[in-house]
Amino acid sequence: MDILRISDLRIGFTVHGFARDVVKGVSLRVPAGKTVALVGESGSGKSVISQAIMGLLPRAGAVTGGEILFRDPLDRGTVIDIADLTAEGEEIRALRGGRIGMIFQEPMSSLSPVHTIGNQIEEALQLHRPTDDASARRQIETMLRRVGFKDPVRAYGYYPFELSGGLRQRAMLAMALICQPALLIADEPTTALDVTIQAQVLDLMRDLQAEMGMAILLITHDLGVVANMADEVVVIYHGEIMESGPVEDIFRRPRHPYLKALLKASPHFDMQEGERLVALREARAQPAATPRAAPLISRPANAPPLLSVRHLRKTYTTGSRGFFSKGTQATVLAVDDVGFDIARGECLGLVGESGCGKTTVSKIIMRAITPDAGAVTFNDGFGPTDVLSLQGEELRRFRQRVQMIFQDPVSSLSPRMTVMNILREPLVIHERGDGAEQTARVRSLMESVGLDPRFLSRYPHSFSGGQRQRIGIARALALDPDLIVCDEPVSALDVSVQAQILNLLKDLQAERGLTFLFISHNLAVVNYMADRIAVMANGHIVELAPRHALFASPAHPYTKALLRSVPFADLDRKLDFKLVAPGGASDYSHWAPAFRPEPGVSLEPLSLGEGHYVLARPEANHRELV
Amino acid sequence: MLLKYILKRILLMVPTLLVTSALIFTVINLPEGDYFETLAAEMQAQGEKADLSRIEFLKTEYGFDKPPIERYFHWVTGLMRGDMGYSFEYQRPVSEIVGDRLLLTMIVSFVTIIFTWVVAFPIGIYSATHQYSWGDYGLTFLGLIGLAVPHFLLALVFMYFANVWFGTSIGGLVDPQYLNQPMSWAKLRSVLEHLWIPVIIIGAGGTAGMIRSVRANLLDELQKQYYVTARAKGLPPGKALRKYPLRMSLNFFISDIGDILPSIVSGAEIVAIVLSLQTTGPLLIRALQAQDMYLAGSFLMFLSFLTVIGVLISDIALAILDPRIRLQGAATK
Repeated sequence: MDILRISDLRIGFTVHGFARDVVKGVSLRVPAGKTVALVGESGSGKSVISQAIMGLLPRAGAVTGGEILFRDPLDRGTVIDIADLTAEGEEIRALRGGRIGMIFQEPMSSLSPVHTIGNQIEEALQLHRPTDDASARRQIETMLRRVGFKDPVRAYGYYPFELSGGLRQRAMLAMALICQPALLIADEPTTALDVTIQAQVLDLMRDLQAEMGMAILLITHDLGVVANMADEVVVIYHGEIMESGPVEDIFRRPRHPYLKALLKASPHFDMQEGERLVALREARAQPAATPRAAPLISRPANAPPLLSVRHLRKTYTTGSRGFFSKGTQATVLAVDDVGFDIARGECLGLVGESGCGKTTVSKIIMRAITPDAGAVTFNDGFGPTDVLSLQGEELRRFRQRVQMIFQDPVSSLSPRMTVMNILREPLVIHERGDGAEQTARVRSLMESVGLDPRFLSRYPHSFSGGQRQRIGIARALALDPDLIVCDEPVSALDVSVQAQILNLLKDLQAERGLTFLFISHNLAVVNYMADRIAVMANGHIVELAPRHALFASPAHPYTKALLRSVPFADLDRKLDFKLVAPGGASDYSHWAPAFRPEPGVSLEPLSLGEGHYVLARPEANHRELV
Repeated sequence: MLLKYILKRILLMVPTLLVTSALIFTVINLPEGDYFETLAAEMQAQGEKADLSRIEFLKTEYGFDKPPIERYFHWVTGLMRGDMGYSFEYQRPVSEIVGDRLLLTMIVSFVTIIFTWVVAFPIGIYSATHQYSWGDYGLTFLGLIGLAVPHFLLALVFMYFANVWFGTSIGGLVDPQYLNQPMSWAKLRSVLEHLWIPVIIIGAGGTAGMIRSVRANLLDELQKQYYVTARAKGLPPGKALRKYPLRMSLNFFISDIGDILPSIVSGAEIVAIVLSLQTTGPLLIRALQAQDMYLAGSFLMFLSFLTVIGVLISDIALAILDPRIRLQGAATK
């Protein structure tokens, strides 16, 4: 029996008096107790469908045709056509939250910051199943315990900002499920979470589904999540269904070219040396596949590294003002004894979960943050420079050598500047050439990232996310830097665009002999890009190894946990959810004793050979480490 | 916790007020001369013979022969004892002069503020929830007119029509026969009859501004994901609006309280002069013109004090209303 059956659904949006179809005749079904994944890129209309099911379409949008039939398993006789219900009417409100629950991508912004989570969950319960306060409280605490809060009595009174991202998403789940809905709509529920937390939340969703027998409509762009969660898959592209069917058929026998392309576009761990991602649309015509990491500049074996970082340490002080607290100064050690080298022409990957300190390291290298201790040495072949002591004109000169590519292509480009002005600004600041030379340079930059120089007079908003990121790359290239720090350059982009940007970065690196510090939380992306990978946890580099060694024989428990938690778009290698560390991978109480930081014990990077280092106790023997 | 915070804030008020008092004193004393010289000059200009010996006597009496630093300390220590000094112009203690007008001022301002809120909130909410509708455009247009028209002009227009249509006497807050009478029911009725004119005039700009703020703040909040979550729970739209976005959009309004308190006792000076209202505004302007040091200085200090208190109140209210401020200690306004 199908809980939900959508047939020939059409949704149109009117923007500035201009009507446009966003969903063009979509049909899909969600069987009882099963998980159906709706897969597509941003702008494909997948979220709009979920809004239509909840009757929450924005004011500009409206259902223009088709039906959304909801059959409540508790009331088998009746079938409700949601598309037919009056907006904000009583019937649709009874369904929302009562029979259909929904969770969203951003667990922080989806919860009201000024109400306790208990209050917000209770509201949903009292709306649909009015009960007396004591029993409501009991039900909520049971639910909170069920979604993984260790102390539900206290959790009831927590505000969302007091919880981590993973716990917030659990609170959202508790709120969506408190009335035991027949259908749960999960709109990118784990996209904003770290991989280990993602694995935990997905596991929880599966457990709850088995327990409560609800159906799940899972909206996502991550094929890895789909392979691990879905029973059936629906692939949507530009408002139309490309392919749908049981998950086995979709992954083993993809038929539609779009789906095939999507599967090839996502980086995975089994890629061969030199294998290239197949982007749906390449950024620019590529003459031939360039071999992996073949820098133009030949480097002598004993050349000094381009950048050398030693013993970096940075602490942040919080709560110092003692606003309402006792005025105690809590010190957070963001970066502790971090050191690494980057050779010229190399790409060093820096991996870790949010809050591990990887961005702080990049900012120290950029001289945006001053560390408490440590040294950063930059050597572009003309003798070493102590980066941290640079001042005035010398610092200005150094800034041209190191540039940055940012995560968010929207907020990192000024909306008030044309692309011409954006790309020209670095040249103007550092007084490179006269006006005509600058213009010529900007035009060649545009071409080198595969954008038409005719677009130079446009503003960033008229470009897509991938194009904007290419503008960001062009800006970083403007001054011909030696080192480019890429801080999560593709994590805000769709899979298909991601491949395009990664390929572009690789090509540019090969052409220009660039050196990258590539920061990401996505192991598969780092695997595709980096020559060597440093893994960071709790402010330390816990493991540093050449790419293949790290993936073939990870030594540190944190690295292992990370690798275990990455969902593959492969049905033969589903995640073993139960192996995922319960407190998150960076919770070191689950680490083996040889790796555990404890007071009075100093950990040191121990060599495992071939440039593979792991942070452990010096006395630990080799068997304990691998 | 909260108590300690309040205590700390009150301690912080002391240096703030000291700096303000020094500034006020300096600014008032910046122009050449003092009240007595202005007085002598005015009398001479009118052909009267200035009683120089009397002026000399007054100068010594009030310490005007002493250096400014000493006068400043004399004034500040007086303020601390609650002595606001003596007005030369009116030949009465400052507290008496201000006290007379304070009640009327507070009535006008208080009613104006209530008027502003009562009108601005529903309109702001309507505009935000019906963004880009004809209603929104119309109300926005009206509001912009309210913002753009100068108060004194509006005051003149209103006075004329109030007189022509309703026969209300021009200017003042009461009919002339009640002017120096004690408060009575008849006088109160007369006050209420006159009150609506200054309230609407003074309130027009404020209301328009407030509508824009309510609309903008609420529009921001309506975009937020948690409002969608609330509706996805099945909350009726009105209830969802009140509990979530409206509550959040109130923060701006609360932080505004700090500005409201001083404007209850002062503000709208120009309108008050045009309408010849017996409020404190015209008094302050005249005192500043005449360099009536103690009247102007003490009154300004009173306003600064109210501002500081107002800010304190709004900070405490924010801390109570917004758990992020209360628990995190971060000023996420």
